[in-house]
Amino acid sequence: MELVVFYVAAAVAVVSALVAVSHRSPVVNVLSLVVTFFCVAVNYALLGASFLAAAQILVYAGAIMVLFLFVVMLLNAPSEQPTPEPRPVQRVAGLALAAITGAGALFLLLAVRVTPGVAPIDGNAVALGRLLVGPYLFAFELISVLLLAALVGALVLVKRKH
Amino acid sequence: MAIPTTHFVILASLLFAIGAGGVLLRRSGISILLGIELMLNAANLTLAAYSRQHGQLDGQVFVFFVMAVAAAEVAVGLALLVAIYRRIQSIDVDRLSIMRW
Repeated sequence: MELVVFYVAAAVAVVSALVAVSHRSPVVNVLSLVVTFFCVAVNYALLGASFLAAAQILVYAGAIMVLFLFVVMLLNAPSEQPTPEPRPVQRVAGLALAAITGAGALFLLLAVRVTPGVAPIDGNAVALGRLLVGPYLFAFELISVLLLAALVGALVLVKRKH
Repeated sequence: MAIPTTHFVILASLLFAIGAGGVLLRRSGISILLGIELMLNAANLTLAAYSRQHGQLDGQVFVFFVMAVAAAEVAVGLALLVAIYRRIQSIDVDRLSIMRW
């Protein structure tokens, strides 16, 4: 049963990711990436990471993709036009580089010897929260500084000069 | 029965390759940022998968941090795109040659 859910979610994730990077319309790109993020959230739920599944939907599918959509609308981004001169070399080189990167990642990740059995864990908010304000307290505080810096940086970047 | 970790790793590699292809092949700045988001999600998926493999929650804490960094990256990246659009009225990265000597 779990396996069926995984295969369906994985298939939808891969197809919608392909649409997200290949369709010409930016709105279609953003919306199909939302579908991919929902499928990744399903995968988190299958992995026993209930808090991450919720955070994935709230932060990624909710906040970040709405931000993307907002900018797409704000800039009135046109659909990408086909280039006047076709550039087959770049296209083939890009596809080959992406395939090599993916294959390399797969090879390295599978090179890690995994024992067959998996330990079921419960990644609920309480357990993660104890880790966050315990051993990872310093990194947690650093993240808040980083978010503040990003906030100020974004404001400075879009401020009109006068 | 539990799903083997290998399945998640293969799915994450596929998503990573698709994201990398998007970054390398697209010319719209927004699509490039979307590809980066996809790659970050693929990395998150492997972190969560190996977190379950080892029976420790530390990997999930790392996913949480990656999400926060991704949010910061998107905010700055989109602000840069807006600034670029104001200057050259386009977000096509091929037209972004104002720093060329």
